[in-house]
Amino acid sequence: MQTRASLRVGDQPWVKWSLISLALFIVGTLLIVPLVAIFVQAFGDGVQGFLTNITDTYTLHAISLTLLVAALTIPLNLVFGVFLAWLVTRFEFPGRKLLITLIDIPFAVSPVVAGLLYLLLYGSNGWLGSWLMDQDVQLMFSWPGILMVTVFVTCPFVARELIPLMQQQGKEEEEAGVTLGASGWQLFRRVTLPNIQWALIYGVVLTNARAMGEFGAVSVVSGNIRGETNTLPLHVELLYQDYNAVGAFTSASLLAGIALITLFVKSFVEWRQARQRRVLDEVSE
Amino acid sequence: MKLVKHAKSVALALAIGLGSSHSFAAEQTLLNSSYDIARELFASYNEHFAAVWKEKTGNTVEVRQSHGGSSRQAQAIIEGLRADVVTYNQVTDVDILHTRGKLIPADWRDQLPNASSPYYSTMAYLVRKGNPKGVSNWDDLARDDVSSVFPNPKTSGNGRYTYLAAYGYAQKAFEGDEAKADEFVKTFLSRVAVFDTGGRGATTTFVERGIGDVLITFESEVNNIIAEFPDHGFEVVVPKVSFLAEFPVAVVERHATRNGNLELAKAYLDELYSEDAQRLLAGFNYRVHNEVVQAEFADQFPSVELLTIEEIAGSWDDAMSIHFANGAKLDQLQRR
Repeated sequence: MQTRASLRVGDQPWVKWSLISLALFIVGTLLIVPLVAIFVQAFGDGVQGFLTNITDTYTLHAISLTLLVAALTIPLNLVFGVFLAWLVTRFEFPGRKLLITLIDIPFAVSPVVAGLLYLLLYGSNGWLGSWLMDQDVQLMFSWPGILMVTVFVTCPFVARELIPLMQQQGKEEEEAGVTLGASGWQLFRRVTLPNIQWALIYGVVLTNARAMGEFGAVSVVSGNIRGETNTLPLHVELLYQDYNAVGAFTSASLLAGIALITLFVKSFVEWRQARQRRVLDEVSE
Repeated sequence: MKLVKHAKSVALALAIGLGSSHSFAAEQTLLNSSYDIARELFASYNEHFAAVWKEKTGNTVEVRQSHGGSSRQAQAIIEGLRADVVTYNQVTDVDILHTRGKLIPADWRDQLPNASSPYYSTMAYLVRKGNPKGVSNWDDLARDDVSSVFPNPKTSGNGRYTYLAAYGYAQKAFEGDEAKADEFVKTFLSRVAVFDTGGRGATTTFVERGIGDVLITFESEVNNIIAEFPDHGFEVVVPKVSFLAEFPVAVVERHATRNGNLELAKAYLDELYSEDAQRLLAGFNYRVHNEVVQAEFADQFPSVELLTIEEIAGSWDDAMSIHFANGAKLDQLQRR
């Protein structure tokens, strides 16, 4: 169907070429030019300037904090996502549909609202926060708070990738495993995991990109303490406010670099997933 | 295998995280919650203070900085950010620490000299090369061939100061005739080309988009802008009458006591009034109270008649309700 429709458009060369050039124009002005501009600005003071900016104590700390948050967020959401996807695709229980809907809450609310929610709950005026303050536990305006909101905004990614795939694959293979006497752990390791591994990696890549790039929610709970609670995206804004455009774009170029790597990994994983699907289709035929 | 790897990375990350928070515990640390764009000022002052403190007590002190819009910064402290001291650019944002959080005493303005404002600034104009429109005072900004740019008084303290400066000028010029003053400010507001949400946005509009003949912002900011865009040949004009923009400071006593930093926090703010520190502040283009330093920097700061908030509106509370509340004077005058 689709190929025939596109052929029909292609029958008139001017339609085809004007559509192609329009698309290229939009992609160029909206995506490529700004991306290039980030790197041009970052190297505005030459390579030496770039290196000076990047080895700045506060920039280095922002990088390490961002890496720390991502490194903790990924395993947490990996376990949570797999657990949740397994639960809703392999078992029938009351409230299952509701649970699937609830997973999307972090996508549905604005990150700023998410940040405020945590602040209202765990801030010193919140009902959990005032108790925590008495125990001398500081969650908000320190890195655990940043981790909490990051986990919140990224928690649907892995589950969202797994659920459709696991639904499609069905539970026949696992049932076969059970009849052959596999334990729960064996079942997961030998049957489920190989089937979902590429979707899992895909989810992790998205989680990572978002965890490193999150601004809104983190901004609310960070407190903007330089060298302590300043993540890379917040650092970009701070430098820009400081009239340090080159420094800001240097940090921004790191984030853009992460984005580019994410895109490559994502394309690779998509290609592997497509291949796996083809193999599955051939087997089922 | 995979799980083991993950467990390792978690452990490693935790170690890094805990390690980094522990390594600072060996020395005294102080947290200063400040407004944005004050980073370089306090980076420089903190170095100065650390040296003074080391000489006085033998202790090493590391001052950590939190920067942001000062209303948001104050809110964060009320929500539990454990800052020892605040150094803001708006009196109302320090007041809120008393009224909403009971974190500082009601008489915080009496705790330090000059109403707890160790340095001050005023609203000045940045004009294009050679001042082609010949702008020198507020009445020029009401001319129909001059358009100005400054942040929206609704969303920005910077913009609020500009509005009050213009209003104070009009009150003086028309000798307290409120109807005429209103009329003047109405014309003045109608000449504004763009209202950005914040100071930084207004700068971008003026410099990079080339809109407007005059950018109105803090005198202390103007030099930063000139330094960032040296090719534009911008010039500074300080009007004859302007608004006294105070930069209030206070010890957040509840938090400082809890952090065991009360003495350190007080010393940190006291030192701002010393001659050396005042010289340092003047070097960042802020006006200061120390007379010796004033004489040294006389060329840099043209004399200007500064109106206080008390003269213009009675108090900050009144200013907020008379001018900036919804449907108040600002809203009425902006209706075209």
